[in-house]
This record gives sequence, structure tokens and C-alpha cells, in this order.
Amino acid sequence: MSALSAFFPSAAPEAQRPATRDTPWLRWSLTGVALLFVAGFLVIPLTAVFAEALRKGAEVYWAALVDPDALAALRLTLTAAVIAVPLNVVFGVAAAWAIAKFDFPGKSFLTTLIDLPFAVSPVIAGLAFVLVFGLQGWLPPEAQAELLAPAVARELAAIPGLGWALGGLAEWLANPRIVFAVPGIALATIFVTVPFVARELIPLMQAQGNDEEYAALTLGANGWQTFWRVTLPNVKWGLFYGVVLCNARAMGEFGAVSVVSGHVRGETNTLPLHVEILYNEYQFAGAFAVASLLALLAIATLILKSLIEWRLTLNREQNL
Amino acid sequence: MISLHQKTLALLGGIAVALGALAPVARADQELLNASYDIGRELYAAVNKSFEPYWKEKTGEDVKIKQSHAGSSKQARSILEGLPADLVTFNTFTDVQLLADKGFVAKNWQQQFPHKASPFYSVHSILVRKGNPKGIKDWSDLARPGVKIVQVNPKLGGNGRYAVLAYYAYGLEVHNGDTAQAREFLKKVLANVVVFESGGRSATTTFTEREIGDVLVNFESETLFLSRGADSKFEAVTPSVSVLSEFPVAVVERVAKKRGTEVVAKGYLDFLYTPAGQEIIARNFYRPRDPVVAKQHENVLKPVKAVEVDAVFGGWPKATETFFANNALFDTLLREIAAERK
Repeated sequence: MSALSAFFPSAAPEAQRPATRDTPWLRWSLTGVALLFVAGFLVIPLTAVFAEALRKGAEVYWAALVDPDALAALRLTLTAAVIAVPLNVVFGVAAAWAIAKFDFPGKSFLTTLIDLPFAVSPVIAGLAFVLVFGLQGWLPPEAQAELLAPAVARELAAIPGLGWALGGLAEWLANPRIVFAVPGIALATIFVTVPFVARELIPLMQAQGNDEEYAALTLGANGWQTFWRVTLPNVKWGLFYGVVLCNARAMGEFGAVSVVSGHVRGETNTLPLHVEILYNEYQFAGAFAVASLLALLAIATLILKSLIEWRLTLNREQNL
Repeated sequence: MISLHQKTLALLGGIAVALGALAPVARADQELLNASYDIGRELYAAVNKSFEPYWKEKTGEDVKIKQSHAGSSKQARSILEGLPADLVTFNTFTDVQLLADKGFVAKNWQQQFPHKASPFYSVHSILVRKGNPKGIKDWSDLARPGVKIVQVNPKLGGNGRYAVLAYYAYGLEVHNGDTAQAREFLKKVLANVVVFESGGRSATTTFTEREIGDVLVNFESETLFLSRGADSKFEAVTPSVSVLSEFPVAVVERVAKKRGTEVVAKGYLDFLYTPAGQEIIARNFYRPRDPVVAKQHENVLKPVKAVEVDAVFGGWPKATETFFANNALFDTLLREIAAERK
């Protein structure tokens, strides 16, 4: 009983109470356990990545990073992020704006839909794309060609020079490929990163309420002006925060991308897939070198995130 | 606000330039995609490096080979779903047969190239720690009490099935075909297995990195690769008898026809059978079909009696039924071993 009351002190009559009544012994051991946990699950593995990466010397490390396949994987990872993040910014802002500022039928359904990628295993998501766009799927490449590239695109591709000038776009339209090619990887990346921006903005926008927008409208601003000059600046830092998280996930995604990739070296392997391949080929130093590159990208993202968080609290305090 | 826009533009511009700088440059006349099994990279990287100049000299065409590596079964599925592979170089027959059944590969694919369309083979072999502390010389030593074996679970992977069939084939060989004694030998070996891993590479990692067990049983291409070089911590031991594992190849006609790559795809697979191709294969620790090349590499790829599953076990379906189906011989022996330990 006395042990219990140490954890659940009854409402104390004293006017002044210390912040905690736990014995220093208990406090320090709890802190110690937490620190051990952080060290065991975060610091040690992360250190191990860099230690393993550099074990065979800086030369091997560098060689693994400038390997053509690694560079191609880096390019693809960045491409996927460059496609997925802006699209998710547009979608996330639009969805958050609709959900936080307006009432409409189906609102909770939309909210659930946005959370779907969190609930669905990424592998299932990738498989779904294969089942839809694959050769045996609902919308196989032939049907995609009919749908995406009406005769015009094929004509465009046939004109010498133009196909080249459009950077392969016309060529792609005439012979579209989604799964086992870059579009599929971009699609899979977009799918798994959908919730990040919207999830970040919705609570923020809801907390801010509609007062400032009403004020703007009363003063004669139209919808666009209200959005650009009032709504967006108010959520600016929250949006950046969402973008950073979205980007981190886009670059780190493995499961969904693995299913739609086709694993063509130098073409459809992203950095995480490249790490797996190197590891399976006993090129441990190389695998850890590329993994450390991913870890560095993640650490840079975390630093950026902390900076934004710091600005965010600063902003909130100023607003109060 | 303007400065923010300018910064954004500058950032986007920077990203575009960075992506452009990373973009690939050269484009060859023809491109081939070789869909291969997951651990064949070193081999095919070497083959491609030799094939591209070979083809240029032979036909005057520039050709660029792209590689895709994943588990054979995953590759077969991906091709069925539209991965545009012009040819496959797999490590299991069933996955090529699946493509043939679905009309992607010719029905008579096994007759289109010599040796049942398998330009090289491997056998199951033994890896021990440096100095061979347990004195392992053949499968018979794996039946000795106190020897700890790491191998793949035959329920989960073909690799493990090859291992079990190799023990049994050895048992038959030394006991002049006596199945009861072969069964007894298999039981003794299985009793010494300390880890049944899920796949070939994880079995290797368990043995080499986690340092569990005295013996690793795996494809010879793996055991020789791990024991290469003077500073290796392991030694490969070639058993006297083993089961032959084939590496079937085929042109994916449906894709090659559409892309107009049938000739060069066939040329690529033919190249694997040439002395130059066979030499690369042997240097990557697979066994060449060419007897001259095989003779030259005899000091590494030591003579072994390689029996075929078709000949000794009546083909894979029958072997699976007799050995690996639920409550078949493998399950029965494990149960007997567990009962005797109590």
C-alpha cells in the first residue's frame, strides 16, 4: 500500500508541493532506463552504421558512394522525392484547408482516407499498383497507351527530334510504363507519404480557427487572397515541418518501392533497395556506406525539423 | 515575401541542376535486360563486360546489358506483370517453366540451348572454419556426434532441399543403394543440424558473421567464394558425391519479339556456352559444361560425382513428395530425432 501511494499520492493538502515526490533513487533509475533505451535502440545502431561503413577505410567508403549504380539510385531517390513531396504539399494543404475550415458531407470519410496509407502495409500498397498497372492487371500497358496517349502523342513521338526535345516524354506517352519503371516508384512513394502534410496541418488549422479568415473576408478579400495572405502564412512553419517529414519518408521508403521496382540496376533501384542488394552480395562496407548516406540525409532532415520546431514554438509564443 | 519566392526558385533550380548532373549519358544501339537470381551479380557483371565487346566485334552493334536481380520466383512474377526482361538466367527450373506455361518463353525452352538450357551447374558443398578443426573430409564426417551443421530449411528453400538430397545420395552411394542405410545416415546428419535457416544468404551470415556451427552446407559457388584468398577465415571441402543444381536460361520471346532483341538475346545466351563465357563462369566458382575449361580449373572446382535429381530421385515432384511433403521422410526423421533426445 505504501508503495502504491508513492506512485499515486492522494490529493495533498499542503499549499506548496514539490514537482515530484518520487525518491531520487527512483527518478534516476527511471532516467537511466530511458537513456539506456535510447542508447540501445538509437545511438548504438546508428554509430554501428558509420563504424561499419568506414571499417575498410575512406577509400572503400568513397568508392561505394560514387559507384554508378549508387549514383543512379541516389538520383532515383531524389527524383521520387522531388515528384512526391510537391504533389503531397498541394494535396495536403488543399485537404487540410477543406477539413479544418469547412463543413461538408463525407468529411470524416476524407479524413479516414488520408490516414489509409498509415494503416495499410506498404508492401500491400505496392502490390495493389502491380495488380492495377501490371500486364495481368486492370489497366495493362496497352490500355494505358490507349488512355494516356491518344494518337497525338504517338504522332509527336514519331517526329524526329521532337521526342528527344521533350526529353523522352513523348516516347513514354507512346509506350507508357508504370510499374517496374520510374512512374510506379513515384506512385508508390506518393501513396506512402500522403498523410504527412495533411496530418500536420489539420490540427494546426483547427486550433487557429476561422476568425482571421472571417476578418479578411469582411475587409473585402476574395477567397484566393484570403488563402494566400492569411491562411497559408499562418501555417507556414507547420507546412515546412510536414514537408520535412514527408521528404524523410519518401527517401527512406522500402516496402512499396521494392514491389514495383523490378530491381533494374542503374535504373529502378532506389537507395534503400541498393543497400539491400549490396548487403546480400556480402559487400558489407558498401552497404553500410550507402546506408550511412541515407542516415546522413535523415540526420539533416532531423536537424531541419528541430530548427522548424524551434521557429514554430517561437511563432506560437509571439502570437499569444 | 519576394525574397522567399526567389529562394524557393533558386532551390528548385538547384535541385534541377543537381538531378541533371546525375543523369546518365551514353545510349547504346540495343539494350538487353537480363532478369537474374538474387546472388548472381558478380558473375553477370563479368559476363556483360566481356559480351559487349564480343558482340561489337561479331556484329558491329553496340549493346548494353542491364541487370535485374531478385529471387527467381519474384522475377518470374514480375515478368508476368510486365517487367520487360529480354532473357532470364535463373537458378530454378520451375520459375522458367512458369514463364513457359504462360506463353512468355517457348514451350521447348529446355531444348533451345545445350545441357537442358543450363550453361553451367553447381553442387552442394561444405564450408568449414580455417584449419578444419573438426577434420571434415566428406559427408560421412557430418554424421559424427558433436559436429554442428548450419543449412537452409528444406521446407523453405530449394537450397535446403539440395542439401538433404545430397546427404541421402551419398548414403545410397556408400551403401550400394541400400535405402534403409541411406535413411539411417540421413537421420544421423540431420540430428547434427543446429540451425535450419530461411535462405542461402542468411545461412551463410549465421555461419560467418554470427559464428554458429562447425559446418555450413551451401552451393559450391558460395562455399568457394567465401574461402577464396589467403586471408579467408574459411576452407571449402568438396564432397565425393553431391546433387547437381542447374541454372536454366531462356529468351523471353514475348518481350524480345516486341523489342526486336531476339537475335542479340539468343547471342547473349550462346555466349555463355563459348570457351570465353565458360572461363568467366569457372572463375566465379560455378562449374562449366566445357570439359576443357573444367579441366583447367580442376584445382579449385575439384572432381565430384554430381548426380541429377531426375536420375536418382525421379524428378523434383517425386522427390518433394517422398522427402519434403508434410509427414514425409524429412518430418518423420526430425520427429524420431526429437523423440530419441528425450
